[in-house]
Amino acid sequence: MSAATDARPGLAPEDVDLSADLAGVRLRSGVMTASGCAAAGRELAAFTDVAALGAVVTKSVMLAPRSGRPTPRMAETPAGMLNSIGLQGGGVDALVEHDLPWLAAAGATAVVSVAGGDPDEFAEVARRVVTSPAAAGVAALEVNISCPNVANRGLVFACDPGSSAAVLGAVRAAVGDDVVLLAKLSPDVTDLVAIARACVEAGASGLTAINTLLGVDIDVRTMRPRLAVTTGGLSGPAVRPVAVRCVWQLRAAMLAGLLPEVPVVGTGGVAGPEDAFQLVLAGASAVQVGTALFADPSTPARVDAGLRSLLAERGLASLGEAVGHAHRP
Amino acid sequence: MSVPGGGAPEPLGVVASGGPVDPADLVDPADEAGPPAGAVLVDAPVLSAGPDGACTRLVVHAPAAAAAARPGQFAACSTGDSGMLLRRSFSIAASDPAAGTLDLVVAVAGAGTARVAALREGDRLSVVAPLGRPYALPPAGEGVVLVGGGYGAAPLAWVGRLLRERGSRVDLVVGAATRERLLGDTTPAAEDGAADAPVDAVHVTTDDGSAGTRGRVTDVLGPLLAAGGARHVLACGPMAMLRAVHAVAAAAGATTQLATEESMACGIGVCMTCVLPVVGDDGRTRMVRACTDGPVFPGERLRWDAIGAPAPQRPAGVGARVPDDAVGAPAPVAPVGRAR
Repeated sequence: MSAATDARPGLAPEDVDLSADLAGVRLRSGVMTASGCAAAGRELAAFTDVAALGAVVTKSVMLAPRSGRPTPRMAETPAGMLNSIGLQGGGVDALVEHDLPWLAAAGATAVVSVAGGDPDEFAEVARRVVTSPAAAGVAALEVNISCPNVANRGLVFACDPGSSAAVLGAVRAAVGDDVVLLAKLSPDVTDLVAIARACVEAGASGLTAINTLLGVDIDVRTMRPRLAVTTGGLSGPAVRPVAVRCVWQLRAAMLAGLLPEVPVVGTGGVAGPEDAFQLVLAGASAVQVGTALFADPSTPARVDAGLRSLLAERGLASLGEAVGHAHRP
Repeated sequence: MSVPGGGAPEPLGVVASGGPVDPADLVDPADEAGPPAGAVLVDAPVLSAGPDGACTRLVVHAPAAAAAARPGQFAACSTGDSGMLLRRSFSIAASDPAAGTLDLVVAVAGAGTARVAALREGDRLSVVAPLGRPYALPPAGEGVVLVGGGYGAAPLAWVGRLLRERGSRVDLVVGAATRERLLGDTTPAAEDGAADAPVDAVHVTTDDGSAGTRGRVTDVLGPLLAAGGARHVLACGPMAMLRAVHAVAAAAGATTQLATEESMACGIGVCMTCVLPVVGDDGRTRMVRACTDGPVFPGERLRWDAIGAPAPQRPAGVGARVPDDAVGAPAPVAPVGRAR
């Protein structure tokens, strides 16, 4: 075992500093919810303390209300599920009028996931969030350039460095220099680092990895796809190794000088503390819990507590000390 | 009535006496979000498990859930260490607040539900309950027909007992493909009209005639409503049956409350997979969560033209399309060959 264990005997889990630094914004915990898996936090409050979360990452919001896609929208797969919700929601004005004030009143920190059909829409959605009275409770914006369930599915922004940069650049111009912007990346790309670099150079303060993987599930009884729109995003424990790989690649590129040093938020298949710890060891400064919320809305609290124990057992006094630990020679 | 939105669970959704059920009391699209009122996540001991028709009836000890549960609500149950991620939702067939128990009727549909059905006394079951909006009870004293298809009959004896306590005459129509598919414990033999019986009369139908009347529940429902007395229909079963029940009831001038069964990942309102096209108080259609805004909907609020509508890649009868006039519906697709 590590020498660090011997260096700090008796470190108690409650003494571990699990706060996370996201490009200058400090979150009380490095454990957040993942976009699209917690709505805007209210439903979780019946089961868990939303104020104890690092942040509630709200479901991606667009400019106008959006119906989403036809049903069935969900298919359970081995150690995971496919979804094809299609960014259903009430639009950004409803979010800033109803949901963000509720989160603020509950004492929760919000990270608002923004989406759009083109860079201008992303920018306008972001502008309305950061200029709203509710902006004080918003720690960061997550720019969802990687949703696989948009209408032009062959044209996911995050599959192309130029498109990604166009969105991040437009949002950065709309919100000014002081807002933390996380670019949410897709794993379904050939050169993740090139896209990440394009995002950072265009104005992203950090990166969230990963969004879902595009998949198809076919019902052999009906001999038809299970999802009404055929394709959906794969999430759950099945994708965790892909998420760890992506976070690893981003961190490795930073260490190699191929990518500016920015915080990475790891998400994908986190169902327990060890999953979160893997992402941290690979280079994540914070983690998000997504699909696991569907089965147990108190998962983030369990991950938070377990992560403290894992760090304490290894003599690591803070989350920051563990970030990227697996890259050490 | 506004169940989502917080606060204590209302007592039974009781609609004002003297008129038909006002759908505005049953669906309020202004309730955009809210925690499931009274729902708890509990690791519940299984007190008993036994066959009920072709299903398994589990009695679990979950006092807080039992105290809050109302007929029409459901429980989301873990499949344990099966490796399957998502909970399986089952209708709550009964609750006994004094004993702190919930009765769940489990129909096996796949490997996950089979795991739940295989539980035995002494096992534990992780349960999130009670979830969803219950049936709103029609005005006291007015006649009600309950209609259940297959395991959909599960909660009807429970609601029947409550309705009879309020002075309603209650007829129960239960249908299934065969005698074996009828629920047992939840299909009370109340022909004697005993005061403590859950219903006043039971009418059984089977597709093959192996029990009761050969035919569908609607074959019995139509004449029952035509005979007068009942103005309200509460139903639970597959969507095709609910559609037929609503058509027959609406033609007879009766209101319907239909407990739907939609595929869902979370049951608590966060995943947005279980949506149905539903008309709101403002007359506009929205894709509404069956888990938090339902599972019980007034039949006239459901967009039957979109539910079960065939799609290019999908067999008819499965799922729902987004009506073109729904709030936030996609713009019409550009003609093929045109640039984006």
